[in-house]
Amino acid sequence: MSRRYFASPFIVWIAAGTVIPLIMIAYYGFTDRSGAFTIENVVSIMGAEHAQALWLALLLALISTAICFVLAFPLALILKDSRLGTKGFMIFIFVLPMWMNFLLRTMAWQVILERGGIINGILTGLGLPALDIINTPAAIVLGMVYDFLPFMVLPIYNTVMKIDNSLIEAAYDLGATKGKVLRSIILPLSVPGIASGITMVFVPALTTFVISNMLGGGKINLIGNIIEQEFTTSSNWNLGSGLSLVMMIFIVLSMALLSRLDKNGEASLI
Amino acid sequence: MKKKIAAALAALMCLTAAAGLSSCGDKGGENGEVRVYCFGDYIDTVLIDEFEEETGISVVLDTFDTNEEMYPVISKNSVDYDVICASDYMIEKMIGEGLLAELNKDNLSNLSNIDSKYMEIAADFDPGNKYSVPHTWGTMGIMYNTAEIEKGSITSWNDLWDEKYKDQIVMPDSLRDTIAVALKAKGYSINTMDESELSEAVEYLKEQKPLVYKYANDSARDMVIGGSANIAVVWNGEILYSQDLNPDLDFVIPEEGSEEFLDMWAVPETAKNKENAEAWINFMLEKENAITNYEYLTYSIPNTGVMEMLEGDEDKLQYLFPADEILARCEILKSLGAEGDDMYSSYWKEFKAE
Repeated sequence: MSRRYFASPFIVWIAAGTVIPLIMIAYYGFTDRSGAFTIENVVSIMGAEHAQALWLALLLALISTAICFVLAFPLALILKDSRLGTKGFMIFIFVLPMWMNFLLRTMAWQVILERGGIINGILTGLGLPALDIINTPAAIVLGMVYDFLPFMVLPIYNTVMKIDNSLIEAAYDLGATKGKVLRSIILPLSVPGIASGITMVFVPALTTFVISNMLGGGKINLIGNIIEQEFTTSSNWNLGSGLSLVMMIFIVLSMALLSRLDKNGEASLI
Repeated sequence: MKKKIAAALAALMCLTAAAGLSSCGDKGGENGEVRVYCFGDYIDTVLIDEFEEETGISVVLDTFDTNEEMYPVISKNSVDYDVICASDYMIEKMIGEGLLAELNKDNLSNLSNIDSKYMEIAADFDPGNKYSVPHTWGTMGIMYNTAEIEKGSITSWNDLWDEKYKDQIVMPDSLRDTIAVALKAKGYSINTMDESELSEAVEYLKEQKPLVYKYANDSARDMVIGGSANIAVVWNGEILYSQDLNPDLDFVIPEEGSEEFLDMWAVPETAKNKENAEAWINFMLEKENAITNYEYLTYSIPNTGVMEMLEGDEDKLQYLFPADEILARCEILKSLGAEGDDMYSSYWKEFKAE
């Protein structure tokens, strides 16, 4: 009985913060402005301009996630191997930027990459050609990687640090090469961390509209931008909700896929 | 024991919730309060203290960024406000939906300080000026750097399609404003409901896309001030601020005419302190207070107090209060209804996807 009382604040929280908003989004998504049922809002994802924005968002999110992984995984391995007592400090350095507001960090990149910005000031000062990536997809990917990298580093680092060193030593004793150890021991054992890292980077990258707004110069429309626009300037909450529902499907799919990978990873241990 | 803790927790929750609610209740100065909902950074906050001192009414000020953010708060009545600031087309929409209360002109003795020309513009969306009173006026135009581009060589919106300015142009990133530029360039109304005109304008925008350095709103002026671009479409209120930082900048309202706006004070139908709200509006209409706001914002405040103060300063006057024949070619954005919104929105997305 008492347990139920304990849970009540959380039930209220879940109801107010998750269930009710979800029901409202579903309601708006499946009705038109007059309140009549329609599936048009959801189906409109197939329309050329929506599908293209979704495709571009998926592509940029995938690229950013891949880059984050390529940066984070070796870092975790290096830290595991290093005999320095500075591992915690290194991680701290990587996570430190998160102490600053995410909007400010993105805005900083805007200023840094701008044509008259710091990087180009230095490059032209040295007589080198200017870097012209602001207002392109490349700048958006850079922003995503910078903003979301800590979400990849932390879970991978945690799982890699937990791998029992004796397993690795045993593999070497039995004649495994470095590559073999990496492939057959370390990588499979890190899968849970990798999977949660990928989810934590891919999902926000897929839905972002702030980064693409700030670093894309208004020239690149991702699905997040379209949804935001439907709620603000176009004041069509129904279409915005319909598209959000489609996004949710993609997110749930990717999470389901990754959690399966996660389980398989653990299952293969046994 | 567990039960006790749970009970205590629950009690605590109720208490904090109750405290949170009741603190929103009756509060205020000797003459009550006025709850103001206004665009962020849109009045000189010095005036709030002065108002409280003068009238004994305490002020609660909340801010928003866009009309669209404000609208659901008022229309769904989720928070009670006594006075709001909103743009022309939004005022029109809210009047149409019966969300605004008619103002009692007897409480607005300073209304005569507003230049009659601007009251006429306002009458376009608020017939008879019954529901709203102008706070600021502005128009879109082209700001350019005369150190790079000869002064006077930009006169038309179509100059923004000139290949020689490739990668130097900053265009607005806002559905209606961006499309308005192309519509005006083509000589059409910015409120057209003719799909062929709209489609032609959007095609024209697509043509321009390779020439544009960036689509930006608030940061547009900074791009030009900082030298990342030489041309930007900005509101006239930005030029005085920008010239302070870079004296080479000039501003022109293109010959085809432009989009103009009026941001208005109005009182929601649900206001609890309507007389205090009118006192607030009347206070803002006082000449001295209008000047204080003008000096803070550098946007045109169509108050004769500001105009009298600037008399003889032709440089500033031409930007802030353009001549009648230019004013006559400017248009206010109209609310287009759901059908129009959807049509513009779908063309906008098509342009963005290009």
